[in-house]
Amino acid sequence: MNSTLAILAVLDGISYAALVFLVSVGLSLIFGVLRVVNVAHGSLYAFGAYLAATLSLRVAPVSPWLTYPALLLASIVIGAVCGGVIERFLLRPLYGRDDVLQLLITFAAFMIMDNLQRMIWGVQPIFAADPLKLLPNVTVFGVTYTSYQVILLPAVALATLFGLRYFLRRTLSGAVILAVTEDREAATAIGIDARRVYFVTFIIGASLAALGGALASPTTSLVPGMGADMIVLSFAVAATAGLGQIEGTALTALLIGLTRAFVIYLHPEFEVLVPYLLMVLVLLVRPLGLFGAVQVRKI
Amino acid sequence: MAGRIKPITAAAAIFFLVSAVAPLFVSSWATLFALILAKGVVVLGIVLLLQAGQVSFGHAMFFAVGAYTAAFWGRYVGGGDIVLFLVLGAISSTVSGLIVGLFVVRYRDIFFGMLNLAFSMVLWSLLEKMYPYTNGADGIRVARPSLLGFSFTPETFQYLILYISLLTAIAAFYGVQRYLESPLGHMLRAIKSNETRLEYLGTSARRVLLVGYVISAFLGGIGGTLVAMIQQIATPEFGYWTKSGEFVFIAILGGGAHAFGAFAGAAMFECVRFYAAAHLADSWQLILGVVLIVIILYAPNGLIGLRQRYRQSGLGGS
Repeated sequence: MNSTLAILAVLDGISYAALVFLVSVGLSLIFGVLRVVNVAHGSLYAFGAYLAATLSLRVAPVSPWLTYPALLLASIVIGAVCGGVIERFLLRPLYGRDDVLQLLITFAAFMIMDNLQRMIWGVQPIFAADPLKLLPNVTVFGVTYTSYQVILLPAVALATLFGLRYFLRRTLSGAVILAVTEDREAATAIGIDARRVYFVTFIIGASLAALGGALASPTTSLVPGMGADMIVLSFAVAATAGLGQIEGTALTALLIGLTRAFVIYLHPEFEVLVPYLLMVLVLLVRPLGLFGAVQVRKI
Repeated sequence: MAGRIKPITAAAAIFFLVSAVAPLFVSSWATLFALILAKGVVVLGIVLLLQAGQVSFGHAMFFAVGAYTAAFWGRYVGGGDIVLFLVLGAISSTVSGLIVGLFVVRYRDIFFGMLNLAFSMVLWSLLEKMYPYTNGADGIRVARPSLLGFSFTPETFQYLILYISLLTAIAAFYGVQRYLESPLGHMLRAIKSNETRLEYLGTSARRVLLVGYVISAFLGGIGGTLVAMIQQIATPEFGYWTKSGEFVFIAILGGGAHAFGAFAGAAMFECVRFYAAAHLADSWQLILGVVLIVIILYAPNGLIGLRQRYRQSGLGGS
């Protein structure tokens, strides 16, 4: 492996990690607050991608620059509408019930959304690369790459990371969310509406998944099954980091992104294996994940 | 307890009788019922783990192990016999269940589910990417096996495999019921209700769960071998996480409190899929999703409606 390939692998890894981070951190946030593993998360990612592609193909003839607001709009719409419906009508009746049922009802949402996606957008690959082509290419150590992938995506990911940190640690709404996570009953007793907190958190998490999809849509062709692949991948990242860990998710996404990129150049057949093998190894040694806080477990 | 189980045993007997007789009149039902019975065997394994309060979101790995055992034998050794396939599938899934089980029984709840998922995804990516050995996503064709040296025409074979599945299902159903009524089965249930107390009794909860886990892997493998013979193919899809989700779905659909729930759920699932796929083309998944939501929200005890709620105490509803 020469140095050009190595740089290429690093750039691949970073842009991939940025996308995976956006999706995984949404999943992790939802689990951290609601204690629900959202199996429909990958479908939100796919819906975000498809809607973004549809909107940008629509607005691109008017002005290609309009595709950027289209991406953002798509992720907010999907996050608020689909995420809102899932939380309000599927999860809310089940709080306090068996964990299995909560997990399985999001699995039902996944099945429905997967089917709807096929009905709405069909099975032919969709490609909408306008946002990618608009920005110029950059050259890093002699390797030319699109600045959309090596500058914009990581910038959005970093902004999300620091934005979430700031939101949760420095604002009143963030403090309210943390209070409900810490002790729901005590928070309710001092007048916090826990249901509202769950609703808002779920929508934020869902929007992050949809944003990941929307930003991924210019870089890849959209095919059925992309949601199912993404949910396990983002779950692997979130679980390896430790569910509920925001900064940890960022580091793990980077770790998995870079490892995967190098594996693609060295042994392409092991590409899909990397995140899951890493997940098995980490969970066997540290079931709470790399960055999981040590809690007293019952068993 | 006894009063409640009796009608359900009767229902099970009627179900097995119907699946033996009905396909004689409608030949397209032979494969349908064979699939129902084979999947029911796999879901029995999920129901078993549900007794311990554990959900494996990776059980499709044993299903895939069973299916690929038959496929690899056909590909690398050649020929094949139903009995041989079932024995080999049973051995390979039991061994892999023991290996994976040794790791996963140390964990509970979400950690248990996560680790199972991780193991199954490792297997799936190997099956998908080891193209020279597994044909990748295309899977491996499983040639129609013989039975004790006799070979059969496709028409006879679909009935033959139906009755083999039926016998396996009845044996598995009976075996699981006996197991759950045995002291070991009661200890398995105790993991859900109060694991600490189980430990105080001087038993190892891990060992109890390991036995349950290996049995459930064995059932998954047998079911996988059967499905591979019924559909005459084994693909990586057999071990993908959506397959695992499907099995848990069927278990909840039927009801996790009794072994018969596995077959009731499988019957409903496969029938919806069979008829929705025939009449509503591309929306069977949507329909099943809606069915699942309705069941979870309005009948969380599943079709057989007997799911006991051990964990009700201590969980505040909202």
